[in-house]
Amino acid sequence: MSDQNKPAALDRSDSRVRHDEGISGAIRAFIDRVRSGDLGMLPVAVGLVLISVVFASLNPVFLAPNNLVNLLFDAAAVGCISLGIVCVLILGEIDLSVGSMSGLASALVGVIWANMGMPVVLAILAALAAGAVMGMIYATLLNKFGMPSFVSTLSGLLALLGMQLYILGPTGSINLSYNSALVKFGQILIMPHWLSYLLAILPGVVMVVTGLGTMRRRAEANLSSPGLSVLIAKAAILTGALLVAVIYLNQGRGVPYMFGLFVLLVVAMNYLLTRTQWGRSMFAVGGNREAARRSGINVNRIRMTAFMLCSSLAALGGVLASARLATSSQQAGAGDVNLNAIAAAVIGGTSLFGGRGSAWSALLGILVIQAISNGLTLLNLSSSLRYMITGAVLAIAVIVDSLARQSRASHGRG
Amino acid sequence: MATGQNPAEPILKLRGVSKQFGAVSALTEIDLDIHAGEVVALVGDNGAGKSTLVKVLAGVHQPTAGSIEFMGKPVDLDSPGKALEMGIATVFQDLALCENLDVVANLFLGHELNPWALDEVQMEVRAWTLLRELAARIPSVREPIASLSGGQRQTVAIARSLLLDPKIIMLDEPTAALGVAQTAEVLNLIERVRDRGHGVVLISHNMEDVRAVADRIVVLRLGRNNGIFTAETSNAELVAAITGATENAVSRRRARKEEVEHHA
Repeated sequence: MSDQNKPAALDRSDSRVRHDEGISGAIRAFIDRVRSGDLGMLPVAVGLVLISVVFASLNPVFLAPNNLVNLLFDAAAVGCISLGIVCVLILGEIDLSVGSMSGLASALVGVIWANMGMPVVLAILAALAAGAVMGMIYATLLNKFGMPSFVSTLSGLLALLGMQLYILGPTGSINLSYNSALVKFGQILIMPHWLSYLLAILPGVVMVVTGLGTMRRRAEANLSSPGLSVLIAKAAILTGALLVAVIYLNQGRGVPYMFGLFVLLVVAMNYLLTRTQWGRSMFAVGGNREAARRSGINVNRIRMTAFMLCSSLAALGGVLASARLATSSQQAGAGDVNLNAIAAAVIGGTSLFGGRGSAWSALLGILVIQAISNGLTLLNLSSSLRYMITGAVLAIAVIVDSLARQSRASHGRG
Repeated sequence: MATGQNPAEPILKLRGVSKQFGAVSALTEIDLDIHAGEVVALVGDNGAGKSTLVKVLAGVHQPTAGSIEFMGKPVDLDSPGKALEMGIATVFQDLALCENLDVVANLFLGHELNPWALDEVQMEVRAWTLLRELAARIPSVREPIASLSGGQRQTVAIARSLLLDPKIIMLDEPTAALGVAQTAEVLNLIERVRDRGHGVVLISHNMEDVRAVADRIVVLRLGRNNGIFTAETSNAELVAAITGATENAVSRRRARKEEVEHHA
């Protein structure tokens, strides 16, 4: 890789910097990052392994393919909500009303579709629109009146819950038809095997193709690249892991379409956050709002989009939850939905303090949360114990986040 | 001439600009002209209103009264984005960088290339080129700003202001945190920017720096204009204008020193 005759690459001319190359270099850089408090996905990976080992030893059913398929079905709804939470957390804000928002969305679907007999698409669109409006209200309260988001969304939590109970009426619960496409999507629709294998291979292929393109462009611009070996290794590990997972799931029912939709949303959000000006502005506002404003970023508009996205995704989560349960009830969105969604984002590595996070944290975090909840259910523990344990997990996640933040500060990595 | 207009006409013309924060008048009836291809130094004691004036011109604060003309047309600088768009770039005293983002992201913040599919390669190349021009010693442009030293951050902030090829660049205490070589580089840079036909506003407490590059020295005192001088003006005269009296702390100190030397 290194060539003595070639002039040093544009970004490799400072002799004070150690330049990591190849796979060993990538591993060394990773260890350095972790030591300085840039934990990334590490706590989640460790957490998932720990949880699997503990629950599988207590009840072997936990790791059975069909149980994992169920777990994925359950994860999609709260995962969507958590994806929205990631958006507002990156800004350093919070939305405490996502549970109620999802409950209201599920009630809207029940009332508009099942009770009023309108097309299901219209009902879903109405639910999403309600989410968008709610997000607009939160952002306006913040932009115009400087109302802290945890207060505005806390009052929103109550108001939305009230609205949910109001439109559900005295019966309090609406059953959705088991023969409808929506409920089938939420309960039984599974990808054909060929599609699931194709989707397992696709990320690795995309990674190599775009990676090669980037390497070529960087070489043309006289910039260094981490090297082909690292790229191939990363793609191989990713493809291997995905293939093993899909093969295992296909031993049972297979990969749910609903989970596929969730992953698609995560990928789209990841693109928006990392590869667009909007995403860059999100992190800038979360890191230093005044600096972002002085750079010409429209801070109010960024907040508006983030809150609208968050509430809309919460509404979508509510629609998926109603499809999963085949019912719109007063219980939808109640209990631990709120906390699970926020905990998932934080456990996945999105900071509560703003300016740091990723769409993947919603996916990985919700797997952890759902695995815990699923494992505890298998052990026949009552919900009282489940709540306590989930609460403790959230507390631990926040402690890890705070410690990592202090460590980053002391290592000069912001 | 980069501006392509009558050189006698100032790019930026302030008339009677005032700014009040509640009961405090930070600026009172300020007049200021900035021509293409000149360096105007803004000097004054702490609290003279220099930074407030810069923030008004950068669109961060809105003036309470007065008019601002840019390129001969009256303008309303109601947001930082608008000022940037017109070609008024500012390096703030607090630098206004996002510590969680890397150098490239900070340089291009709000003006990223290719907004819907960021062109990271092109941005990185331009970042390196720009930093080279400033003789900046930045080890890696992919490190977060939090890991850089004060001087390195200062350089990044200056580089960012030059990115959009502005008509006027305002530097609020640009050399305060810099080493000897970087200070010289920044002064060279100011001259280079001026020679390209841009206007430069320099705020500094360092009279040596001010004299080295300024074509005109505008003194503010307690939020008011207090005279316009040139680099030839004697130090005593400048200090007198800044402090508002020929008999001041600086002159007394010098007199005392001379007396001691006289006795010795």
